[in-house]
Amino acid sequence: MSDAGVMFPRKPRRIRGRSIAVIVFLAMAAMFFCVPLYVLIVTSFKDMDQIREGAIFSLPIRWTWEAWRFAWFDACSGLSCEGLQQGFWNSVVILVPSLIASIAVSMITGYALAIWDIKWAGPFLFLLFLTAFVPFQIIMYPLIRLTVMMGIYGSTTAIAFVHTVLAMPVLTLIFRNFYKDIPSDIIKAAIMDSGSFWRIFVEIILPLSGNILIVVLILQITSIWNDYLVGVTFGGLGTKPMTVHLANMVTVSTGTVSYNVNMAAALLTAIPPLVIYFVLGKFFVQGIAAGAIKG
Amino acid sequence: MPRVSFEHIVKRYGAVTVLDGLNLDVEDGDFLVLLGPSGCGKSTLLNLIAGLQDVSSGRIMIGDRDVTELDPKDRGLSMVFQSYALYPTKSVEGNLRFGLAARKLPKEEADKRIQWAADLLQLQPLMRRKPSELSGGQRQRVAIGRALVKHADVLLFDEPLSNLDAKLRSEMRLEIKKLHDTLNPTIIYVTHDQIEAMTMATKIAIMQDGEIQQFGTPDDVYENPANLFVASFIGSPAMNLSPARLELKAGNATATFGDGTQLSLVGATFDHAVQAGRDIMVGMRPEHFIMDATGTADGHSMLQLPVIMVERTGSDALISLDFVGEHLFVRAEPDRAARTKTGETVSVHYPTAKLNLFDAQTGLRL
Ligand SMILES: Nc1ncnc2c1ncn2[C@@H]1O[C@H](COP(=O)(O)OP(=O)(O)OP(=O)(O)O)[C@@H](O)[C@H]1O
Ligand SMILES: [Mg+2]
Repeated sequence: MSDAGVMFPRKPRRIRGRSIAVIVFLAMAAMFFCVPLYVLIVTSFKDMDQIREGAIFSLPIRWTWEAWRFAWFDACSGLSCEGLQQGFWNSVVILVPSLIASIAVSMITGYALAIWDIKWAGPFLFLLFLTAFVPFQIIMYPLIRLTVMMGIYGSTTAIAFVHTVLAMPVLTLIFRNFYKDIPSDIIKAAIMDSGSFWRIFVEIILPLSGNILIVVLILQITSIWNDYLVGVTFGGLGTKPMTVHLANMVTVSTGTVSYNVNMAAALLTAIPPLVIYFVLGKFFVQGIAAGAIKG
Repeated sequence: MPRVSFEHIVKRYGAVTVLDGLNLDVEDGDFLVLLGPSGCGKSTLLNLIAGLQDVSSGRIMIGDRDVTELDPKDRGLSMVFQSYALYPTKSVEGNLRFGLAARKLPKEEADKRIQWAADLLQLQPLMRRKPSELSGGQRQRVAIGRALVKHADVLLFDEPLSNLDAKLRSEMRLEIKKLHDTLNPTIIYVTHDQIEAMTMATKIAIMQDGEIQQFGTPDDVYENPANLFVASFIGSPAMNLSPARLELKAGNATATFGDGTQLSLVGATFDHAVQAGRDIMVGMRPEHFIMDATGTADGHSMLQLPVIMVERTGSDALISLDFVGEHLFVRAEPDRAARTKTGETVSVHYPTAKLNLFDAQTGLRL
């Protein structure tokens, strides 16, 4: 068998000098993230007595969930001492409408710009492109005035509105470029068959959007969940997102700093986007690489 | 009344004028093939009638309706695309149904039509599949079915067969031809494949640079090309075209070639009166030559020429002869060609009635 099968055996590939350099570099880059993360995790499981000893790299002598429990249920943020859970639910309540509104608006704008003959589409696209580079801080004050005028300032609606506005330039460009790649004959056929803006969107375009939706979903979940500035500026007292609670908890605490609780709280805040990454990460990579039409 | 008419159609892209005052009438039930070299404006014309692009000026009539300003879906047309353009996420049935749903047809009527198209094109076993699970020929059949179910007055085809291999192409050609014979819709069909044009068309329009060079039946276009462009474009192998001077010898029209060779034009047909001394082009189709005819038969001109090369093309062979320093291609039986040696001199006859004569300056048929 074997002598008949292998006619021209190939040498197994060896790792060469250059590859080693690359691996060392990547390892160092990974360390950059992993070492602080390690400290974060081990500290959150220690008790304060061990932390005061100062050996930040040592493993916990006694593993305890106490800091996590305290951060979730009892920690004080400002005057209320209900833990991070309050902020978590606020964040969820902010996330859902912000996600839906920002993606829906950008998607439909991108679809219209890519497929339909729109007057001034070119200049509009250029303007969108420019606005993608305007820092949020510059338009923050006008946006505050605007939301006050609209009567939504200090509510979840205001936060969702601002997230939608901020995400629109980049997301619209992403969707538009994605839809531009759909073969024009398919669009022509659909226009001759139906000619309806919404019908073509729902029946032809939307089913082709799976890949790009995953990508945008992950981008948006991460950016909305991790947002601090929009939440702290536009949210009311009862609608501050988790990040704002976390910041208050860490900065304003009086007396001794409970490092373990702070670390646990930081991890709790970071977990949801991480979970999304782990669940959808594979699709994210696929979605970035793939176009609208397979093969 | 013509089914479709284009009246003074002008189409510009910025400074580029693609169509400049084009007129064309398509009769009801005609199978019109638009034929022409790449970039001559065939697809543009099709997109204009479909309403996918706007005319710069001019008027398009379908039946007695002026459709120039109508939306594509209201023009009563269907189109089959080169890339098939099937909706990738829909099943075959979904593809057929999409155009009907938009028309708000009752469900039973839609089902009936889909059933009919599926039977006609043998799509029955494929109805649940997605386009990506079909072969090229099957996809093309679905695309045609999708166009047929709409019961459009006019069907448009933009190079529908050019993505298929040769065998499938000739099969599909027959199927489309059969479809036209049984259902008799008005068809406008774009291609650059001459064989498609000659076999399927009832009318051919030959285009160059956005202008229609000739419009007529396939036979007409082939036997009586209106000008040099059509003469050289239609036919494979192409027509032999040689420059000559028109002279009168003893009262008979004669073509005198560069090296003094003379060819009698007695029996050749002239559409116009012409004077002697004109520069002309003499066109001879390779398949009209007769080899080894003895003597000078009436109505034939004889040439004795040396052989440059012999080519076997499959069922036929081409002998290329040295005529005034140029190749003159003559079609021959393969076994006759096998006996022909390079360098020997052969005598060929050409029926003068089948000569194509053109004015060398204007390019127009004489
Ligand atoms: N959007 C456009 N902008 C500018 N010029 C265009 C545009 N679309 C087509 N043209 C030009 O119009 C001319 C005709 O194009 P068209 O697509 O109709 O050619 P065609 O006859 O279908 O060619 P082919 O056989 O290669 O498909 C070409 O010269 C092309 O460059
Ligand atoms: Mg074309």
